Amino acid sequence: MDVNILIGGAAGQGMDTIAHLLGKALTREGYGVFLSKDYMSRVRGGHNFAWLRFAGRTPGAAGEKAHIIVALNEETYRLHREKLLDSGRVIFDPELFALPQQEQRGVPVRLRALAREAGGPLMANTVAVGALLVLLGFKTAVLEKLLAETFAGKDDRVTAQNIAALHSGYNEAAAFCHDCIALPPWRSAGNGERYLFLDGNQVLGISALAGGCRFFSAYPMTPSTGIMTYLAKNQHRCGIVVEQAEDEIAAINMALGASFAGARAMTATSGGGYALMVEGLSLAGMTETPLVIVLAMRPGPATGLPTRTEQGDLDFALYGGHGEFPRAVLSATNLEDAFYRLNKAFDLADRFQIPVIFLSDQHFADTARAVPPYDFSRLRSERYLADDATLLRPYLRYRLTPGGVSPRALPGQFPGEVVLADSDEHDEAGHIIEEAAARRQMLEKRLAKLPALAAAMDEPLIYGDGENEVSGTGGGILLVGWGSTLGALQEAVDLLRASGNRATLLHFSDIWPLPAGRITAMLPQARHSFCVENNATGQFAALLRRSTGMEFHHQIRKYDGRPFTPGEIIREVLDHV
Amino acid sequence: MSDSCNNIKCRAEDYLLPETAWCPGCGNFAIREALAAALAALQLPPHRILLCSGIGQAAKMPHYIRVNGFNGLHGRALPPAVGARAANTELTVIVESGDGDSYGEGGNHFIHNIRRNPNIAHFVHNNQVYGLTKGQASPTSEQGMKTGVQVEGVVHPPLNPLALALVAGAGFVARCFSGEKGHLQETMQAAIQFPGYALVDILQPCVVFNKLNTFAWYKKRVRPLRANEHVETDWHAALRLARTWGEEIPIGIFYRVPRPTFEEQSPALRGGEQLALRSLDPLSLAELQDEFY
Repeated sequence: MDVNILIGGAAGQGMDTIAHLLGKALTREGYGVFLSKDYMSRVRGGHNFAWLRFAGRTPGAAGEKAHIIVALNEETYRLHREKLLDSGRVIFDPELFALPQQEQRGVPVRLRALAREAGGPLMANTVAVGALLVLLGFKTAVLEKLLAETFAGKDDRVTAQNIAALHSGYNEAAAFCHDCIALPPWRSAGNGERYLFLDGNQVLGISALAGGCRFFSAYPMTPSTGIMTYLAKNQHRCGIVVEQAEDEIAAINMALGASFAGARAMTATSGGGYALMVEGLSLAGMTETPLVIVLAMRPGPATGLPTRTEQGDLDFALYGGHGEFPRAVLSATNLEDAFYRLNKAFDLADRFQIPVIFLSDQHFADTARAVPPYDFSRLRSERYLADDATLLRPYLRYRLTPGGVSPRALPGQFPGEVVLADSDEHDEAGHIIEEAAARRQMLEKRLAKLPALAAAMDEPLIYGDGENEVSGTGGGILLVGWGSTLGALQEAVDLLRASGNRATLLHFSDIWPLPAGRITAMLPQARHSFCVENNATGQFAALLRRSTGMEFHHQIRKYDGRPFTPGEIIREVLDHV
Repeated sequence: MSDSCNNIKCRAEDYLLPETAWCPGCGNFAIREALAAALAALQLPPHRILLCSGIGQAAKMPHYIRVNGFNGLHGRALPPAVGARAANTELTVIVESGDGDSYGEGGNHFIHNIRRNPNIAHFVHNNQVYGLTKGQASPTSEQGMKTGVQVEGVVHPPLNPLALALVAGAGFVARCFSGEKGHLQETMQAAIQFPGYALVDILQPCVVFNKLNTFAWYKKRVRPLRANEHVETDWHAALRLARTWGEEIPIGIFYRVPRPTFEEQSPALRGGEQLALRSLDPLSLAELQDEFY
């Protein structure tokens, strides 16, 4: 049991504000809330919408049918009316447009006129929230408190006017439909545990700060920019340098300089910016400088669809950069995991002195959900630096060791000792060399990190019937995915099982070095195996084939720039089962 | 203090490493000696200095001077230097690279770091030609200079780095000549001590590839500014000097007017404690999630 609400209009009409206020209010009321954004690459006009879904348990994906549509313009109604349930309702402004005569589901609310009465046209959004509340049978108190918090520090009148707008929307809609949308059960069932309501970029920002990231340089690029915005807002409080670079080349090189000198450093970008960064990625590999790079994917090639989602840059993350050097590739699967996963990226970068690529995408970055609070005691902040007692002198930055990891000292850390990093092939001290044997030795030293790095990778999550599959009885459906498709895949498995199928999900967070133990054991057992990816060429399936020689029976690929819904996955699965 | 030059040797010869891979007669030797002399004069111990460079003959300097070094990518000498300064403001950060690296491949970083104004001294070995790739035109090559690529002579007019720096707002702009070593050393010291981005464009001959701007060519034209000849706060006069190039080429500090630095203006660096040394305690930041309830 869940409720789906679509709020649509032109860019600049404030769908985001409405959806966020309502999402946060519902979270406080004890619901599991999911809120995704579907927006165009423009500042004004066009068609944008937010999809808000709530249930007892926080959904991992959007639904397909809406209980309520808030149509801030006529286009929203026209584009989405097919999605509205017969029992649904559409909130619209009758002074802006009329619904067709046969449309029985309309709830006319004079959004603009009531907003003007309350204090100004900007409050049309608040009027709409009022109307939404009454349709759902809520009181206005939670929202009133949120509005007061939102406008705290501003003129008191702003809060009062917004509350008036909220009431007028509530009262006008009440005449048509009061409590007419059935609500799902609460998440909390009365235990009172408070949940957070936040999006992917914010979670990555919090994790980076709490995990000790103290330098961030980036060039704004959708959908990664939210990370920089969040960090910049907190630079006083947390003591992080946030610098907007002149380009992505500068961004990654600045971050490398900061890391070399001792600050935990990160940069973030999307595919096009990452293309500029790969020269620096290779530099990180050669100089063995720890760095975390968030690659928030959007559809390419080139500028592609700037505000849409795709998992099209996996190959790029795995192979981008000239030369051969160790790297790790991790991915954001959901908000619950990504907080700890990004911290793991920092830990791996410092421990192995390598670049770590953290794959996010627009779907993960922009989607807000209600999640339990995070346990900050699980975050690691060990820096793996050399200490005075064990330092061998003279200090050699690239001293040969069995595991390939040299003791890392910072410039200035040990009086009298200097630290030299070099992008040329170098000797143990960091000086340029060209001798064949020394080159081979240094390359082998860097690659020698791989076994321990591989051992640090987490096997994929098992969800669903799982264990039976492994034990050999087999015969069921096995779905395999990675990254932000986790929510849709979990729900797909739930629905398949509920309809009498045996279904299991294997979902990868850590991707490279590929933790292949579990999938190697399970894939041969599956009667029907599916690799599900948000790209056109099946990049993960190809990675598995290259690494293990194993093939999936089927591949489900989506590359229209939109995230999967559970329904889409199930329909494709059932076509083959 | 165990980390000062009282305990650690800081004579000029203590900074010089024995081996170099430069051509005999290269201007880089004199520049290296001037740099070592400048560091010794300033009594900066090697572990407190970071020398960042890109790729090219000049960019090999971190291998020939005993200080901390980050020998990065071609054109990318400045960005790591800025990052390192942010991480540890106790480091004296010097960038040393050639004209191709600083003005060609690194042009965007050059322009924007003048705006950013990190406390970095930028020493550009400007020999008006590409040495490491064997003799192609650089952004500062003179029109008409023939090379294996510019077969009919360089067509594009040369970039004037000093005029560009002045127009972009640089606070310290100087021109030097590798053949005037004492003058170069003094100018380097002033640039290192200047609070903010300091550009020193160092003219030097390339004995192998630049047959036009030879040692003799420079020697005949270069003239250090006389005492009281020029006021260093006069921007228009500085621009005139920067654009003076021909029978006479003035060298010296053309402009010296500090303005707030990148570090001073960064909210996270005002507290004073080094980013690199700040303790990390994730639990102390658990309140970050409170605004999302």
